Amino acid sequence: MKVLIPSSLRSYTERGTTEASGATLAALLMDLERQYPGIRFRVIDEQDRVRRHIRIFVNGEQARDLAQPLKPADEVIIVQALSGG
Amino acid sequence: MARKNSKPAGRTLVLVATRKGAWLFHGDAARRKWRADGPHFLGHNISHVMLDPRDGKTLLAAAKTGHLGPTIFRSTDLGRNWKEAARPPAFAKAAEGKEGRSVNHTFWLTPGRAADPNVWYAGTSPQGLFRSGDGGVTWEPFSIINDDPQYREWMGTVQDGTPDGPKLHSIIVDPRNGRHFYIAMSGGGVHESTDAGRTWKTLIKGMDVVEGFGFDASKPTFHDPHCVRICPSNPDRLYQQNHCGIYRLDRPSDTWVRIGRNMPKTVGDIGFPMVVHPRDADTAWVFPMDGTQVWPRTSPGGKPAAYVTRNGGKSWQRLDAGLPKSQAWWTVKRQCMAADARDSVALYVGNSNGELWMGRDEGKRWSCIARHLPEVYAVETAQV
Repeated sequence: MKVLIPSSLRSYTERGTTEASGATLAALLMDLERQYPGIRFRVIDEQDRVRRHIRIFVNGEQARDLAQPLKPADEVIIVQALSGG
Repeated sequence: MARKNSKPAGRTLVLVATRKGAWLFHGDAARRKWRADGPHFLGHNISHVMLDPRDGKTLLAAAKTGHLGPTIFRSTDLGRNWKEAARPPAFAKAAEGKEGRSVNHTFWLTPGRAADPNVWYAGTSPQGLFRSGDGGVTWEPFSIINDDPQYREWMGTVQDGTPDGPKLHSIIVDPRNGRHFYIAMSGGGVHESTDAGRTWKTLIKGMDVVEGFGFDASKPTFHDPHCVRICPSNPDRLYQQNHCGIYRLDRPSDTWVRIGRNMPKTVGDIGFPMVVHPRDADTAWVFPMDGTQVWPRTSPGGKPAAYVTRNGGKSWQRLDAGLPKSQAWWTVKRQCMAADARDSVALYVGNSNGELWMGRDEGKRWSCIARHLPEVYAVETAQV
């Protein structure tokens, strides 16, 4: 499925959009990690929590649970939330 | 104490970590002209940059951004190219139903001994101790510290730590014995292991705690060591700048002596960094901060100065020639002062106003190397 990547993570993907697959959000993030080593830990901490200033949206709705199921036609957006100056 | 003669060859490199990137300042042979190489990682919070003294070319940088999780960048060609660690420091996943910790940032990097190539240690915020055995590519939790219930209690919560988060710092490996470690935690005190981190004992006797609140000085949780250094010329001597004063410890004693009592009363003995002479264990420097009233932690009176002792803390002398004489409200953080190891030692100080200063002749004559950098988080030196 289509994944939109924020500018802060394009050092990994080298583009703003990529494709990844997974039956859940957790699986999708593992697929991103497989393609772009290191990217997952910048987004998800070691306790499997989405980091404080990161938000993930699925089809425009904020996802709060990594167990959230995904369908191949879904669009996932990773966003860097507001953080200081 | 007699000075040993050792004059490292090569040129001085000053590694500057800032709130918004890293810079490498290459000095000429006389350390009069400096070439700025940077920014590296513009926009990243860089807590520490260290050169591996064992190969003279590998750099590690502890990084995070406002949005992304923490990582370690690694260069094997003095910063021309960088590659991210494959597995940065991270706490163990908590058991189901337990609240686990996550590394906010790596704060401190310490290379291992010359006899242990590719070994590095890292201290994190919140307090955690990590080890790499492959030059910083992969990191694992090290010792019992991270998950031991007693240590977790002494570490406190995020609310108990410094404004940028509680930290494990001042990781010191005894150059004579790779199983002998010191660490310090803000908060959480100073600790020593003689069995490669399997067990630890507290090392807080003689250290004061904040007065007036009835805090029990025998409890590590009330102690906030800011910076601990071991003397290269005498590894049985340690110096410490603490939230509550300046101390010296001569092993095998386990009781710190508050040598900051000998500082001028109008200046006090509050501050963050502590620097020791590379060849003379009686000589050490501090950069005092104002610890009165609401604890502004700026240069007392708006007049920045380093202070040096040349007799193990019995007396101190002010070193301010060339520094601003008034209205200079510097904050100098715990990693922001360093000495090089040249025949005539120079000091280097970075401040929160984004300036880098050099104190030639062991701090006797100061001059500014750079202005207008982001807030300086750490300054280190190396010979290349």
